[in-house]
Amino acid sequence: MNSEYKDIWVFTEQRNGKLMNVALELLGEGYRLSREIGDSKVCAVLVGNKVDTLVNELYAYGADKVYLIQDELLQNYTTDGYTKVITDAIREYKPEIVLFGATHIGRDLAPRIAARLDTGLTADCTRLDVKVSNYIDYLDKYTTSNTANLDRNSEDKNLKQTRPAFGGNLMATIICPNNRPQMSTVRPGVMQKREKNTCATGELVTVAHKLSKDDIYITVVEQVNEVKELVSLTDAKIICSGGRGLGDASGFELIKKLADKVGGVVGASRAAVDSGWIDQSHQVGQTGTTVKPNIYFACGISGAIQHLAGMQTSDIIIAINKDPEAPIFEVADYALIGDLHKIIPEIIAQWDEN
Amino acid sequence: MKIIVCVKQVPDTNEVRIDPEKGTLIRDGVPSILNHDDANALEEVLRIKDQYPDTHVTVLTMGPPQAKEMLTDCLAMGADEAILLSDRALGGSDTWATSNALAAGIKRIGDYDLIFAGRQAIDGDTAQVGPQIAEKLELPQVTYVKEFQLNDREVTVKRALENGYELIKLQLPCLLTAIKELNKPRYMSVPGIYKACTQEITVWNAEDIKVDLSTVGLKASPTNVYRSFTPAPKGKGITVEGETAKEMVSNLVGSLREKHII
Ligand SMILES: Cc1cc2nc3c(=O)[nH]c(=O)nc-3n(C[C@H](O)[C@H](O)[C@H](O)COP(=O)(O)OP(=O)(O)OC[C@H]3O[C@@H](n4cnc5c(N)ncnc54)[C@H](O)[C@@H]3O)c2cc1C
Ligand SMILES: Cc1cc2nc3c(=O)[nH]c(=O)nc-3n(C[C@H](O)[C@H](O)[C@H](O)COP(=O)(O)OP(=O)(O)OC[C@H]3O[C@@H](n4cnc5c(N)ncnc54)[C@H](O)[C@@H]3O)c2cc1C
Repeated sequence: MNSEYKDIWVFTEQRNGKLMNVALELLGEGYRLSREIGDSKVCAVLVGNKVDTLVNELYAYGADKVYLIQDELLQNYTTDGYTKVITDAIREYKPEIVLFGATHIGRDLAPRIAARLDTGLTADCTRLDVKVSNYIDYLDKYTTSNTANLDRNSEDKNLKQTRPAFGGNLMATIICPNNRPQMSTVRPGVMQKREKNTCATGELVTVAHKLSKDDIYITVVEQVNEVKELVSLTDAKIICSGGRGLGDASGFELIKKLADKVGGVVGASRAAVDSGWIDQSHQVGQTGTTVKPNIYFACGISGAIQHLAGMQTSDIIIAINKDPEAPIFEVADYALIGDLHKIIPEIIAQWDEN
Repeated sequence: MKIIVCVKQVPDTNEVRIDPEKGTLIRDGVPSILNHDDANALEEVLRIKDQYPDTHVTVLTMGPPQAKEMLTDCLAMGADEAILLSDRALGGSDTWATSNALAAGIKRIGDYDLIFAGRQAIDGDTAQVGPQIAEKLELPQVTYVKEFQLNDREVTVKRALENGYELIKLQLPCLLTAIKELNKPRYMSVPGIYKACTQEITVWNAEDIKVDLSTVGLKASPTNVYRSFTPAPKGKGITVEGETAKEMVSNLVGSLREKHII
């Protein structure tokens, strides 16, 4: 029964005609997985009104095929409208895997579709594997799991969907062995986009749908962007984060100076956010943003598991803390033990010096 | 007006410890609490009841017999009635199977205008059960509700997005999921606690809710936990030496240059 199902679909979420970053990340991951499976394509599912202008961008980021579903009724996201057209398309074309970004929209839509299809859905994944050998390599490198009972040469091609649960204290790998498609939502900021190739092309499939006004039960009266200082933590190459150890709100002035000097973006721990020193949009961690910069500065942050969950895969972690026992030092590549008020000004002074 | 609130008893994840060998939870001695978002869901519904006293509020949970404690807390906050779905046949359910059981429980209750759930449970963390119940009951849904207003049969809500919100209107009956920005849950009142202690909690098993046994429990669940484990700490790096802050930073910057990181 399962062999009828083929290809990897990515729900390429757009808002107001702009693709979400996570959609491009998932195309990159879908591309990787489809080549791991072999004889499988990565396909974008693009839903909206007059969004065909985005098709080339999807090819450029790796899509072999684009399923385009357009209608005036799909101008705004509605659970009802999107669920209907995507579920019908899945029934018709039978993808083996369907991936969604774990955005507020992805997490509203994916469970509804999975329930309508009576299949499984894994939430908020941070790692996906098809080949057992790759999965074993991952477990050996990043986890405490004993892999002796797994067979490297196994034929098992189920999607192994790894996710944090229990507030990041536990990781679980979930499989959906008997139902198709296998569905996951994937955390933004975790997967790798492909290098943009503007010459790439692919196959376009325009999907006929049967959506009518009577299928939609909610009215979106308006969409409001709350003006916030724009922080794009997910794209930042360097992040300078401050925690409760800054002492007070003025500590973030120092962090801002550091960020300006090193060309970084300001991040924060939840304790700093909860203290009202900085807006929540800066928060890094399990309930904030997951980041993976080249350099992450953790200044006056203790390194609680929920904070680590959002930053520990950064390439280089530089931690400044006066407590030599602070758990942040367990993940830091460079540990600077001392008072941040003395150390940060020195970094600002010496960064460009030769 | 009749309202059902889906509530879940969860371990306090701040206190959870993991057995690193087996990759399983050590639940012994970990306090159980009412899931945070569910407290917000219940609070919002109790506010409707404050305004319209003829509102009837039922709290519904699926779980082991110990979940009665949490239901008693909900009664003490002001809920009128509490129902526990408890049966070995329901154990080990994934979100698909959990929503089948809860939808069957809601069908047995029968008469409702509004269902409120939390967005997400702090243990399973999936945020899937709310939308999946809505699908099983063929109800419209709005998730991530941060503001709620009721005008006759019309509901107006603000649904939080990452960078703002949507203002949405819909008609009862519907299912909504609450986030913490929605309100600040009340404490249990003393008369409430007194009343709750003597109040009966209805317990239903799988037969009572006439659920198809091939749609609930571990075996029926489409997803399985293949493995669970703890993330290994990333290897410890170097402690940067230096008598003074200046010396320390000089060593840091030197090393970053040497490795072509900057
Ligand atoms: C469900 C849940 C979700 C959560 N999600 C997140 C999340 O997304 N992100 C997050 O960050 N947290 C999250 N938390 C909170 C987390 O558990 C911690 O409480 C928080 O990360 C602590 O922040 P902190 O390190 O800034 O503060 P603290 O733990 O108070 O640490 C302050 C540190 O500063 C050091 N310090 C003090 N003064 C100085 C000085 N002068 N110089 C140098 N060092 C100094 C101290 O030694 C200490 O290590 C979550 C918690 C829960 C329960
Ligand atoms: C480590 C681990 C990982 C898991 N990962 C997945 C996964 O990826 N996919 C999957 O399908 N299952 C998964 N499960 C199973 C899942 O946790 C259970 O099905 C659980 O009963 C419901 O999911 P949740 O805790 O995520 O609830 P959520 O969907 O986050 O809960 C949302 C809301 O639904 C209501 N609700 C949820 N459960 C109940 C209940 N028992 N009684 C009353 N109301 C309730 C509450 O209002 C709650 O706020 C996992 C389990 C474990 C142990």
